[in-house]
Amino acid sequence: MTAALLRRHATLLVMPLLVAAFLAVTVAIHPDFGAFDVQSLALGALPLALAAAAQTVVVISGGIDLSVGSLMAVANVLAASTMQHAGFGGALLIAALILLGGALAGAVNGAVLVFSRVPDVVVTLAAGFIWGGIALLILEQPGGGAPQGFLDLAGGTLGGAWLPNALVLLVVVVAAVWLPVRHSRLGLTLYAIGSDRTAAFRSGVGVDRTRLIAYVVGGVFSALGGLALTMTTGIGSPLSGTYYTLSGLAAVVVGGVSLTGGRGGMAGPMFAAYILTLIPTDLIFLNIDPNYGQVIQGTLIVLVVMGGGLATLLRTRA
Amino acid sequence: MADAATLLEVRDIARRFGSVVALRAATLTVRAGEVHALMGANGAGKSTLVKMLTGVIRPDAGSIQIRGTPRQFRSPAEARGAGLVSVYQDPALVPDLTIAQNLRLARAAPEVVRRWLAQFGFAALDFATVVRTLPLPTLRLIDLARALAAEPDILLLDEITAALPADLAQHVFAVARQWRAQGRSVIFISHRLAEISALCDRATVLRDGVTVGVVDPAQGGEERIVALMLGAPPEQPAAAGIAAAAAPAGPPALRVEGLRSGEKLRDVSFSLAAGEVLGVAALEGQGQEELFDCLAGLRRPDGGSILADGMAQRFRHPADAIRAGMVLVPADRVQALLPQRSVQENIALPLVRRLADWGALPIRAERARVADAVRRLNIDTRAAAEVRRLSGGNQQKVVIARWLAAGFRTLLCFDPTRGIDIGTKRQIYALVRELAAAGAAVLLFTSELPEIALACDRVVVLFGGRVVQELPAAQADEATLLRAAHGLASREGMAA
Amino acid sequence: MTRLAGFLRDRSILVLALLLAALVGVIAVIRPGTVTPDWLANTLLFAAPLGLLAGGETLLLLTGGIDLSIAAVATGAAYLLSSNTAAIGTPAALLLGLALGALIGLLNGVGVAVFRVQPLVMTLGTGLMTEGAMVVYSQKIIGEEQRIPAAIVTLGSGKLAGVVPVDLFLWLPVAALLLLGLRRTGLGRLLYAVGDNQAACRLAGIRVWRVLLAAYLACGLLAALAGIVLVGITNAADLSLANVYLLPAIAAAIIGGTSIFGGRGGYGGTIVGALFLTVLDSLLTLLDAPEPIKQILYGSIILLLAATYTRLTD
Repeated sequence: MTAALLRRHATLLVMPLLVAAFLAVTVAIHPDFGAFDVQSLALGALPLALAAAAQTVVVISGGIDLSVGSLMAVANVLAASTMQHAGFGGALLIAALILLGGALAGAVNGAVLVFSRVPDVVVTLAAGFIWGGIALLILEQPGGGAPQGFLDLAGGTLGGAWLPNALVLLVVVVAAVWLPVRHSRLGLTLYAIGSDRTAAFRSGVGVDRTRLIAYVVGGVFSALGGLALTMTTGIGSPLSGTYYTLSGLAAVVVGGVSLTGGRGGMAGPMFAAYILTLIPTDLIFLNIDPNYGQVIQGTLIVLVVMGGGLATLLRTRA
Repeated sequence: MADAATLLEVRDIARRFGSVVALRAATLTVRAGEVHALMGANGAGKSTLVKMLTGVIRPDAGSIQIRGTPRQFRSPAEARGAGLVSVYQDPALVPDLTIAQNLRLARAAPEVVRRWLAQFGFAALDFATVVRTLPLPTLRLIDLARALAAEPDILLLDEITAALPADLAQHVFAVARQWRAQGRSVIFISHRLAEISALCDRATVLRDGVTVGVVDPAQGGEERIVALMLGAPPEQPAAAGIAAAAAPAGPPALRVEGLRSGEKLRDVSFSLAAGEVLGVAALEGQGQEELFDCLAGLRRPDGGSILADGMAQRFRHPADAIRAGMVLVPADRVQALLPQRSVQENIALPLVRRLADWGALPIRAERARVADAVRRLNIDTRAAAEVRRLSGGNQQKVVIARWLAAGFRTLLCFDPTRGIDIGTKRQIYALVRELAAAGAAVLLFTSELPEIALACDRVVVLFGGRVVQELPAAQADEATLLRAAHGLASREGMAA
Repeated sequence: MTRLAGFLRDRSILVLALLLAALVGVIAVIRPGTVTPDWLANTLLFAAPLGLLAGGETLLLLTGGIDLSIAAVATGAAYLLSSNTAAIGTPAALLLGLALGALIGLLNGVGVAVFRVQPLVMTLGTGLMTEGAMVVYSQKIIGEEQRIPAAIVTLGSGKLAGVVPVDLFLWLPVAALLLLGLRRTGLGRLLYAVGDNQAACRLAGIRVWRVLLAAYLACGLLAALAGIVLVGITNAADLSLANVYLLPAIAAAIIGGTSIFGGRGGYGGTIVGALFLTVLDSLLTLLDAPEPIKQILYGSIILLLAATYTRLTD
């Protein structure tokens, strides 16, 4: 019973330990690792974590969203080009509108793939082109800006110097969006359609509706990711998002979410985003070419998934 | 028109898929307080009608009325709202959720479900169990209990007893009778005529998308149902004519000694001669699946030996088994076929199994071989471009044709007629006999015990992963087999 | 209508070919005098690397897989070639480039075929690895001579008799090999079979992992080959050489009618798809369409064609 429970929530145990281990290594190789470094870690991880959150929701429901990065870019340039001369209050209002836009964009993605019956990969691949084009239309060159108060939402620290706003913000927004979903019947239906669409349909789940909602929630997270990009970089850049589609997917995989859908949680990918951000930092501290970071990231993905494959293989043999 | 006792009225319903007409004018009237059978050969439109009743697809024409009110269902949830709930052969439970979560998903009350499960003998089931880890029969009964908890006026049971152990099937029948006693209705779909005549009050028979009759299945109604389904006067059961009178005494093509694998397959020994059809009879889960998987190279035995033509074999992959002349026809066609590819490619598939066959294909020779197999099996090739468009019976013939084209010594048939209509069934058994007459050895498991006598020379009965009895087919009447399959006659059987 | 749909279903190439012809027609009408043998030659020239990349992708889509590492492999092969020619000579440098393709292809194949990893993730990982490794490598060899062999430049941008693009002499045989191979060889047959139903293949005695391994190896090699042609066209190997080709390569196969779920499609459609995308690109360039508009149109067309095929095949 407990063993089964442990196995089901293995990622929840392993991932924090893994982050702690990575932090320990970081402190070991760089004893000066201090509050400032924690803050830049949290800042660096914020957009990636939100991209991973967007992907996680969709992947749990059995889909995949290759347009996360482009959608983030749209939110990013939209924010930077409209907030530049706004006050803090105005910026918050704009942010709220952008979140609404993110939900809408997600709904468009979802509606297209539900009605056209074209597979998720193809639709979101094409949507990625389209959103990317729209980002370029809004802002051709990197530029724009946002009021300091808005930037401080992620940039500052809370209380002591050791609790970065970026971490608090991440926990708050992810919890605010995901917890109500996860603990409602909607959350159950998301997992259900990801696990077995036919069975879910026969159990009375509106499969199309639920798929669409998954993309809506994903869209909100993507928009949050775009806003986070604005906060952490201070500007808008139409190509800022490209990196996040695949890296977000990487965080999802490392975070123990099954790409076939129906299995995994939100916490794993969040921790994974921190690990993936820590790797290049550690390399810099070790005076190793930080470009190795990407090699390691790729290797990490390959090892994680091959390890998972090996485990399944051994289990079926036994 | 709809008198007070009519619960469900389906009139002249029609539906086409592209150029294929699945239903032309189907009519179905179900009264309150009856168990109503829905019958039809494969491709008669039965499953299309079920899908319409449960809101999976919508009709092109015709009407569905419940208690005199016209209804249009867009989803199973809507059908449930109208009092119509279905239970399918493959349970509608989400594998990665727990039982409790699955109940919540369908808005079923856990206490009520638990009460029903207790009645089925599953009182101790832990609702925190993840569904993926449970065996199929258990899942079916959970699904049934969940459906019952919705208190439907009309309960639709679609092939739920297929491959269900007899004791569990009894629970299903009890529920159906209980529902009838409460003045509600059950629509019961099954290929097993015995079940229909024992349980159902009336039977609606479909053929080619049209309702061709409503029959009282009791008292000789069975023959009439068969006649209606086939659309021609039924041939006399060919059983006696087909089954060879004397078991041929050739050298053993296959010898199995002390074979065991996992929990289910404990200790099985038998030998099978060339030219012989050996039946395997067993209730669900008595090791027969493991036995066939081991023989076909899909599973590695933990112990014991397999001898093909006297040579000890160790199969690591089905390719090894095929090389030793042992080939499998599984119950599920979906498992064996390439749905989007042509009949030709499906039949020729094993011909390219070796690395040396990766080069240029001998297209002409292949075509001749395939055409020969198609002719021998009388496969309807009108939809030959894509196997998925063939009927279930024709699909099963394609699987057999594949081995005819590739060549084999021993044919392993695992429930080859599951979900196949009676006409095709007879063809398949006639073919099995023909193959045996031509010198092949055949090992045949079927979940429908009466079919054993129809096609086999000899039968072994498995219980608890062991052979508990061995009989000539002439003595293998249903009652004897059933007793043995329940482990009741093991001592005298072994002695005999 | 249904008969028409049935007709079109079996001939999705035809639909696309008609669209391609229409596109050329549009160009001829809005810019008279553009469609010349020279223009045609250039189109084929630029379509060749895309066609090669999309060829590998087609093989994998047929098996139900996908390869996101092809851009990194193509870039890597081109970079290895250009940075090693001076030191080890053209043939060895070429082999080095192709070896990278084979290596990554094999790695992908082992992951997907033996460890049963999802192709999308496996190739995402190996793509990141390859790309990162190339960046690191470029830092290591900074200042060393970059040289692209003359033969490769001729291969990439030369034209025989001033008209026929030289890279066609590579693409055509490869295309013939793929077309015939898919239709007339055992391996080709098995690629479709594996993509349609792996369990059925196993039952029929086919060792699925060998088929998958071969497919991923072939895709890696084709990607490396495409990179080599590409560097001949651009005459400079930078580290983002083939990145822009990743999504179009997948798109060319999909709009050419190859199903992303496997078991259905072929290289003929992919060729037309690659030509279609190349002509579309040249039309948009001709119209001076800004980059964003290009991207939006590109995405919409892929979506539209994919939706049409889905309707036709359902």
